[in-house]
Amino acid sequence: MAMKIGDKPFKERVSDGIGNSFMRGAVSSAQGRLRSGRLNAAEELGNWEEWRKLGEEIRAHTIENLDYYLELLSENVTKRGGHVFFAETAEEANEYITNVVKKKNGKKVVKSKSMVTEEINLNEALEKAGCEVIESDLGEWILQVDDHDPPSHIVAPALHKNKEQIRDVFRDKLGYDKTEKPEELALFAREKLREEFLQADIGVTGCNFAIAESGTVSLVTNEGNARMVTTIPKTQITVMGMERIVPTWEEMEVLVSMLTRAAVGQKLTSYITALTGPKQEGEVDGPEDFHLVIVDNGRSKILGTAFQSILHCIRCAACINVCPVYRHVGGHSYGSIYPGPVGAVLTPLLGGYEDYKELPYASTLCAACTEACPVKIPLHEHLLRHRQEIVEKEGKAPIFENLSMKAFSMGTASPSMYNIGSKLAPKALGAFAKDDKISDGPGPLKNWTEIREFPAPKKDRFRDLYKKRKKERGK
Amino acid sequence: MRPMKVSLFVTCLIDIFQTDVGMDTLELLENLGCEVDFPEKQTCCGQPAYNSGYVDKAKESMKHMINVFEHSDYVVTPSGSCGTMFREYPHVFKGDPVWEPRAQMLADKTFELTQFIVDVLGVEDVGAKLNGKATYHTSCHMTRLLGVKEAPMKLLNNVEGLEMKPLPHNYNCCGFGGAFSVKMTEISEQMVDEKVQGVEDSGADILIGADCGCLMNIGGRIDRKGKPIKVMHIASVLNSR
Repeated sequence: MAMKIGDKPFKERVSDGIGNSFMRGAVSSAQGRLRSGRLNAAEELGNWEEWRKLGEEIRAHTIENLDYYLELLSENVTKRGGHVFFAETAEEANEYITNVVKKKNGKKVVKSKSMVTEEINLNEALEKAGCEVIESDLGEWILQVDDHDPPSHIVAPALHKNKEQIRDVFRDKLGYDKTEKPEELALFAREKLREEFLQADIGVTGCNFAIAESGTVSLVTNEGNARMVTTIPKTQITVMGMERIVPTWEEMEVLVSMLTRAAVGQKLTSYITALTGPKQEGEVDGPEDFHLVIVDNGRSKILGTAFQSILHCIRCAACINVCPVYRHVGGHSYGSIYPGPVGAVLTPLLGGYEDYKELPYASTLCAACTEACPVKIPLHEHLLRHRQEIVEKEGKAPIFENLSMKAFSMGTASPSMYNIGSKLAPKALGAFAKDDKISDGPGPLKNWTEIREFPAPKKDRFRDLYKKRKKERGK
Repeated sequence: MRPMKVSLFVTCLIDIFQTDVGMDTLELLENLGCEVDFPEKQTCCGQPAYNSGYVDKAKESMKHMINVFEHSDYVVTPSGSCGTMFREYPHVFKGDPVWEPRAQMLADKTFELTQFIVDVLGVEDVGAKLNGKATYHTSCHMTRLLGVKEAPMKLLNNVEGLEMKPLPHNYNCCGFGGAFSVKMTEISEQMVDEKVQGVEDSGADILIGADCGCLMNIGGRIDRKGKPIKVMHIASVLNSR
């Protein structure tokens, strides 16, 4: 699965989302749970705003000096006997990984959760090379079993499914014969996955934070699956987006504790795994061979632009969990594995406006995302910036919009033009008004009145009433 | 004591569509002892163009508004969103040696109506009376960007006869979003429907808000669905006697 999911146009995706009542029920209850969890965790920590400032500073400093820290990380991984590969594109990353697997004669690859491997479509590349690829994160595994249903959330990929649907997937695909009780479903998955872990030759992981000073990769999970992936197979390949890095353990500690709180409202997740290179002499477990693949795939083009702070993202999904648009349309509507506010900013940067020009407009700019972001990324301002790029640099705005904005500018920058325009409004719209309201408006009002009433402009504007009142009082 | 001199920025929506809200704002401020003027050359804050990405075009309106309110002591507006836009001007003109400082001056003296009453005038009870059960819609720009959270509730809780009910999911946007409401109508419909449902669930028979955009959206939907809920701007509630 690449970043892009499906070929349907935006409008159709949105209609599908809105029509999917199972998904919407699941999303709104998850949003409620995750939102209050995050707020409670933040309150418990105290001075959350200061933590956010610190988080922002750490991310800004790291991304500002990304080249330095990546080099340091690379040196330290190599020192411990690991291999580092910088991949400029998805293809380069997949080619390198496939070659490593081929050299090891690997047949079965077991993976822990990783968005970047979704982005580069690694599974397909490995399958083409003749490997069996198993996702071991429960959510990802459910989706894989369900004929590669795309993820709809970056932390909880199967958020759009409820437990009854998951039961049905297991029953239809794997012969599951128990109930929809989460404990029974989880036990079934655990038994199935345990077999896979024991047979796997290669473990592939993502990376939450790489720690430059020690050449360590850290992984945050609640299921412990990343620990299985990194201890049983003899070869470990970790794939990271080039921005997933912190300078030292000190910053890692701060960001992990913000990540788990912002993502799921937990002080810590059940497992936080940190691995420094392959198994060293005297160590009892860990991979014999370790590869770190650092993926650019369009990220370095964002560096140095006004969008740079989107690279500060720590993938907690707090913005998704509060987004009122995501709430109703769900993750698949975004047409990208990165949905919600962060996706609406990041996806057009990585995938271009051609495929994703609607995303920056799929927001009311309510700023709930900006308020929730633990590292203070001004997400709604980035959405606005995208709109500006689309209009001013790309020239991709609809002609009608362009004309009406010209008229707007003329009418509001000059009081005499405004005066004429606002005076004309009741006359122009009068024919459509009935009982002080317009129920079937013309032109741009048509979409408005499709679902709501529009007020008829008043015969006397406020300014006229004000003038009259002043005159009367002057008498 | 010298009366506080206030310039009213009514916003284009109120000037053209909701004139009574403008009159209520004017009377309310006068009753609170302010000397209120209405600079007649005012137009629109520029937000429709700005939020659609037409920043250069929006700047023309913004420069005009900076000129219009140049000599005002205070600028007060019955709209959280338009007030937020004024406060954003310095950010829009960042780095412009002429316009950034002028924008900053306007931003510093601009207040949303309830913010002005509570924080500048220091009044929490305006002596209003209105009978009914009401709920208050927290508009996004006013709450999150302007940071005005408590002032409206302080004032509303002191309105005699008014029983305030909490609004479920009050933190979720109503689905207005300016051009969003007509560009993404299908999504907007879902959002406003959930908002209307919340108002119904609150048990209120009056919905109060401090932004005409949101109220046009929610009110327009309530009207279309024929729900027996009255929609009022907070200026009109506070000016009820």
